[in-house]
Amino acid sequence: MTELALRTEGVGKQYRKSWALRDCTLALPAGGVIALVGPNGAGKTTLLRLAVGLLAPTTGMVEVLGHDVTASTPHTLSRVGFLAQDHPLYKRFTVAEMLRFGRACNLRFDKDLAERRLAKLGIPLDRRTGTLSGGQQAQVALALALAKRPDLLVLDEPVASLDPLARHEFLQTLMGAVAEGDVTVLFSSHVVHELERVCDHLIVLNNGRVTLAGDIDTLLAEHRLLMGPRTSADPAQGSSVVETVHSDRHTTLLVRDGGLPTAPGWQAHPVALEDLVLAYLRRPVEAA
Amino acid sequence: MFVFRLDTHSGVPPYLQLVQQVRQAVLLGFLQPGDRLPLIREVVEDLAINPNTVAKAYRQMEQEDLVTGRPGQGTFVNEQQSAVMAASTYTSLRRGLVTWLRRAYDAGLDEQAVNALFTSVHQETRNEGVA
Repeated sequence: MTELALRTEGVGKQYRKSWALRDCTLALPAGGVIALVGPNGAGKTTLLRLAVGLLAPTTGMVEVLGHDVTASTPHTLSRVGFLAQDHPLYKRFTVAEMLRFGRACNLRFDKDLAERRLAKLGIPLDRRTGTLSGGQQAQVALALALAKRPDLLVLDEPVASLDPLARHEFLQTLMGAVAEGDVTVLFSSHVVHELERVCDHLIVLNNGRVTLAGDIDTLLAEHRLLMGPRTSADPAQGSSVVETVHSDRHTTLLVRDGGLPTAPGWQAHPVALEDLVLAYLRRPVEAA
Repeated sequence: MFVFRLDTHSGVPPYLQLVQQVRQAVLLGFLQPGDRLPLIREVVEDLAINPNTVAKAYRQMEQEDLVTGRPGQGTFVNEQQSAVMAASTYTSLRRGLVTWLRRAYDAGLDEQAVNALFTSVHQETRNEGVA
């Protein structure tokens, strides 16, 4: 697993005067599920579009599966699948026509696989896609993207518009596909709970900058929550404090790379992924 | 077939939840030697969970000698030597806990206070390397 699915170096993207993304350097391993988390307007969509070659970076370099994406050939692009926000489909096409369209437009397209997936979900091929429920439309769009048998599948907010049941079913299909083959999945989300069950890698994007990136197990092991009597001093010296919360008599610190607290009355607790992400999202970031 | 659950709010890493559920089921006799665990793919599609997480849980269970993976057949629960505690130990531990809980409730603690006390003492003893 030395291959990288996505590598960026010093990537920035400027729209007119403002920067949507700045100094973005990432190395994402192949074979995992990577979540890109951040508030609306953080630059998630920009980063994803750069990753699949739909946008060219203003500065820096983007490499997908070992190839520079700006010089992307049809062959490289055939290894990358992209599912844009709101699962776009031609609403007047039937599902079968959508599949035929997919096969005509792609070098690699496993129509049988898509048909099997949709049959399993009970989605009829002769229906116009516009008449399907939101969850079913998402499943059709996902089946189309997976039929390319991509090595890297990029999804922009894939579950944001879905109800809880459809969301679960969508993730079931997506995780099932990861279990079946060697696809690396990169998806953006602003929903932070449920991340832990689906991802093994995390990127937090805030205000156009990457504020946290890494393997989730490693990140959780590196961070701890220290709780003790109210103080302004750092009870665990040598660690970097991510967030400090004071109550009347208590202080709670989120620290990284710290040793155990030596001061009396202090306790160290592991931090939950959701709390970790929220703490990084709350941190002020200078504008990109 | 054994069915896994996932509690997204427990704070326990998902892979550990899976390991703990098997450990507990073995301890309580819901899983017996020779029982087959679901395939990784079945767990993945059932829980909508990352396959690497399930694989990690299964690896850990194999390392703990809780189960054995047989290529092409599945993962099976092992004959347990030390893991299963004697019924008498189980009963006596349980009785001790019941006595303690009665005292706690008599002293006016509510469920949350009991949980908080237990968690804090548990954490302390763990830090001291007892548990």
